[in-house]
Amino acid sequence: MMTILYATLILGGLGLLFGLLLTLANKVFFVPSDPKRDAIRECLPGANCGGCGFAGCDALADAIVAEKAPISACPVGGAGVANQIAEIMGIEALPDSVKNVATVVCQGTLDRCKSKFVYHGIHDCVAASLVNDGNRSCKYACLGLGTCVSVCKFGAITIDEHSKIAKVDPEKCQSCGACVKACPKGVLSLQPVTVPVRLLCRAAEEGFLVSDNCKIGCIGCELCATACKFDAITIQNHLPVLDMNKCVGCMMCAETCPTGAIWADFDHRKIAEIDRDLCVGCTICKKTCKFEAISGELKQIHEVNEACTGCGECAKKCPKKAIKLDVRKHVRDANAKVGTTIVEHAVPKN
Amino acid sequence: MSDIIKIVIGGILVNNYIMSQFLGICPFLGVSKKSGTAFGMGMAVTFVMTIASFFTWMIEHFILIPLKIEFMQTIAFILVIASLVQIVELVLKKLSRALYQALGVYLPLITTNCAVLGVAILNSTSGYSLFQSVLNGFSSALGFTLSIVLFAFIRERLAANNMPKWMDGFPGALIAAGLMSLAFLGFSGLI
Repeated sequence: MMTILYATLILGGLGLLFGLLLTLANKVFFVPSDPKRDAIRECLPGANCGGCGFAGCDALADAIVAEKAPISACPVGGAGVANQIAEIMGIEALPDSVKNVATVVCQGTLDRCKSKFVYHGIHDCVAASLVNDGNRSCKYACLGLGTCVSVCKFGAITIDEHSKIAKVDPEKCQSCGACVKACPKGVLSLQPVTVPVRLLCRAAEEGFLVSDNCKIGCIGCELCATACKFDAITIQNHLPVLDMNKCVGCMMCAETCPTGAIWADFDHRKIAEIDRDLCVGCTICKKTCKFEAISGELKQIHEVNEACTGCGECAKKCPKKAIKLDVRKHVRDANAKVGTTIVEHAVPKN
Repeated sequence: MSDIIKIVIGGILVNNYIMSQFLGICPFLGVSKKSGTAFGMGMAVTFVMTIASFFTWMIEHFILIPLKIEFMQTIAFILVIASLVQIVELVLKKLSRALYQALGVYLPLITTNCAVLGVAILNSTSGYSLFQSVLNGFSSALGFTLSIVLFAFIRERLAANNMPKWMDGFPGALIAAGLMSLAFLGFSGLI
């Protein structure tokens, strides 16, 4: 009986003693932490995704306070968080960086890209890619088994059951890059949200091999490079390389692409509009236009027809600033050369 | 004198905590990716094991044995070690910023580590004196440091090599650990 009592008392006493000691030590040896650091930690998203390259949000907050990381180091928070942190740190915010979004560089849905065989293994792209480069006939194709879905902490990726291809929700994507690292095929990449055109094919092979495998793959025909009047496209390794610094968003590459491997944001395609009150008929826009989309005689008001691609070169050159770019309401008519289709007769979108 | 040598050699090589007693495997695998952090962890373990040996001997001989409640050993030791490490951490944070930054992050990881508890219990079952206990704690911890640092070197080499995907990371590390343990087996019979 006494033993039990002793055991309880001694251990209870020891626990109490150490508890008191710890409380005391915490009081006596209290070290105030940097309020800046705590404030920064509050701003960070707290998902501990590691997209910044540090061990987690706490580690990043430490690094920002120590000025070992830039205020915009958090890819998830983007410009909003960077501005908040800039305020805390008392420095000027950087100019808004363009938000990146994970992009699936493949359009090989099941109806476009054939299956080589029926895969019955582990439901994971890494495992499937070990079996003869995966079950898609194109070895660059998205396998659609959802390894990216399982690593995405923001629920931004879904696999379409029908087409068996990954789909990223740009609203939910926080561009942490976890899916980019996880994809065994390298199908995903981080690309700016706002680009007008994207190459959505990675098949760096001869054209006849690609067209055997996939209906929408890039066959390396170089039509886009010829169509681009701004020298923004070069062909490397059977694939076009789009130089986004030179690209003006005319979307001619996507329009000429015979397979559809180049995606373009046609919904937001622009058209030039000449302000009739400001135009003095100097003909500079007509001479600048590379698509024969502007007509008009000297000292008369000029007109834009539906051949306009919205490249904006005329607006840059117009000495009177009479040209504005607007989202176009009709599908571009490639045959609308000078003096043919007028805007009212063009085919409406959809 | 031969006693001391026996304890030191035994602790570092023959009865190496990781390689032949398989205690403290968690930090051994967790913190051995870089040799720098592995050394930091080793130093933290050395620090904690040495003071833990001292204090647990005190508790054992001045409280548990006189009151005949040795069966409470495990719980008492865990309590003592955990709170001791926490207190030491707080004190370090205040008094020595440099030492805290070198050891601090590892200290909470080893508060209830089996290697630390193991050294306390093995000291008591071996019937060591206070000096022998502290010496055993210190040399065992040095053995821990030796193996974790050596292992970190191996893992750095492994990481630099182009391993097949199924071998990359933990599978390769575990096999390397097994081979290293076999090598340490060669020390058995030294004392």
